Amino acid sequence: MAEVAESAQPLLERATADELKHYYYQMLLLRRFEERASEMYVKAKIGGYCHLNLGEEATIVGLMAALTPDDYIFTNYREHGYIIARGVPPGPVMAELFGKETGVSGGRGGSMHLFDRKTNFMGGYAIVGGQVPLAVGAAYALRYQGKPGVVIAQMGDGTTNIGAFYESLNLAKIWKCPVLFFIVNNGYGMGTSVESGSSEPDLWKKGASFRVYGERVDGTDVLAVRDVVRRLRARAEAEGEPAIIDAVSFRFRGHSVIDADRYRDPEMVRRGRELYDPIRKFAALLLDHGVVDDTWLKSVADRVEREVQEAIDFANNSPDPKFEDLYKYMYATPVPNTPTAEDAIRAVKINRGEF
Amino acid sequence: MPVITYRQALNDTLGEELARDPNVLLMGEEIGVFQGSYRVTEGLLAEFGPKRVVDTPIAEEGFVGVAIGAAMLGLRPVVEIMTINFILVAIDQIVNHASKIHYMFGGQVSVPLVIRTPSGGTGQLAATHSQSFENWFAYCPGLKVVAPATPYDAKGLLRTAIRDDDPVIFIESLALYDTKGEVPEDDDFVVPIGVAEVKRQGTDVTVVSYSRMTAIALQVAQRMEQEGISVEVVDLRSLRPLDRPTIIESVKKTNRAVVIAEDWYSYGVTAEIAATIQEEAFDYLDAPVYRVAGLEVPLPYAKDLSAASKPNANSLIYAIRQVMRGTKRMR
Repeated sequence: MAEVAESAQPLLERATADELKHYYYQMLLLRRFEERASEMYVKAKIGGYCHLNLGEEATIVGLMAALTPDDYIFTNYREHGYIIARGVPPGPVMAELFGKETGVSGGRGGSMHLFDRKTNFMGGYAIVGGQVPLAVGAAYALRYQGKPGVVIAQMGDGTTNIGAFYESLNLAKIWKCPVLFFIVNNGYGMGTSVESGSSEPDLWKKGASFRVYGERVDGTDVLAVRDVVRRLRARAEAEGEPAIIDAVSFRFRGHSVIDADRYRDPEMVRRGRELYDPIRKFAALLLDHGVVDDTWLKSVADRVEREVQEAIDFANNSPDPKFEDLYKYMYATPVPNTPTAEDAIRAVKINRGEF
Repeated sequence: MPVITYRQALNDTLGEELARDPNVLLMGEEIGVFQGSYRVTEGLLAEFGPKRVVDTPIAEEGFVGVAIGAAMLGLRPVVEIMTINFILVAIDQIVNHASKIHYMFGGQVSVPLVIRTPSGGTGQLAATHSQSFENWFAYCPGLKVVAPATPYDAKGLLRTAIRDDDPVIFIESLALYDTKGEVPEDDDFVVPIGVAEVKRQGTDVTVVSYSRMTAIALQVAQRMEQEGISVEVVDLRSLRPLDRPTIIESVKKTNRAVVIAEDWYSYGVTAEIAATIQEEAFDYLDAPVYRVAGLEVPLPYAKDLSAASKPNANSLIYAIRQVMRGTKRMR
């Protein structure tokens, strides 16, 4: 993992004890949610692909701590943690992974396509780079309507090699869009390392020819992430100045749950998990400064365990989407000659062998 | 009703919708300072200013994506793609994003977006500038695809498209821009999406077409009358949703069908229409459905070779005579 300098400012000047404790709770919640999601995948409760945020908890919690309710977030398909840290309860998120009607996208999206209108969480997108122009467009709309707020275009390191990223940098700059290009740099795009896929491995420099400012931050340091987002967010909102944030972290496992991670040296992965575990690091920091004690850590672990179990129970007990609702969300404005609920029932029955 | 050109009908509608709704904005290459590659947006920058009429760099994937994202927050962008050939670099944004966002996110957000673009070939523009890709978009659930043939429908459908909350691909034609027709002045006049129109009544054969091919079909129908053949012309107007009942009703009446479209023959629009007719009106047919479509080559530049590779009045007349062979079955 690329090294980034640490802040010299004393801990309790950077955040209150309550804030620090809340960040720790959120990070642990994401960690346990993902570990249990992985378990549910193996039990076939979750289908499709399932990409986990393990090792990226500080990046996510730090980002969300810096945002306001006016802000909008567009992410890639590795987004379970983002929607939870943005304030959506784990239950409807787990229910979406389970494909339930009570899921955040009504069971129509799944792990890679989470969405929540109320918190301006504008979706997980599963075509690499696809979300980046959309985020610039949302920022364009904020500027057009004179509204406060900024837009986060979250992406992985591999996304910085696709054309949509570069068109987006250019458009964001010429149109003064308040957008932050937030790169979660875990060193690997599936099995391709940053160094082998990117002629400029310092990803924060990739805005240079668009005159888009960039900065690297230690993505395993929750306060460092929060502070850089706060600073660049304020500038984006006030001046319409986009920026790149290159948040470096360590991917704990393979690309997705089903990836056995054979292309990385197992010893390197083991050491990486020890060295760059943002939660372990943060717990040690809080203990060192006397912000928390072991009893408190244990109580948070218990609380998180219970909340994730409740989320699983909620998902398990939720109904599946109805067959008759197959076409329900086809159009926002109904028009003639589109299939009906009766059409759905007829077709589904045949496909299910019920004839 | 005033008689105006197809181009004027579009230009008027864009101006009226910009005036009506502050969330409507136009985006595209050369639509402002340059006044539009085909002058559809002429005068609109001067009238509405650069906030509402936005010249974009040459970055279709980028600005189509920006338009989608802006639409998700409540703007109503009307994007011009200079010709449909250039839309291919933006197809990920249209097919993987615009068409899916409303459905995939459980109806929480819509994408009120119009993408206008001329399709088809004219004037020796050769292989890369003469293609018809509306069927690619009509294939995709979640999109709405319209292709007006007359100034009347151009105005009515563009109004509907801009006021519709879903992504609409609005197909125009270079060869239609200067054609003229009656257009109502009524502010509330609209043409619904998803509804075909019988543009001409007939009893012997149904010709199914859209956009420029409807203009050709109407001319041919007039000519066939002199040969004693009564042609009914069904103008699809919308490719998605497709108004199957109107097609079927007409074929059940005439018992013969010719389908004409400018795109390539295999896997094209004519294949979809022919399949629909055989599924729903098989017992009514007195002859096999005849398909007229583009010859399957990268369109050559040479003048006569180019013209001979596209469907036209000759190919339609030939097709009609083919399906008229034999006597009408008695029932």
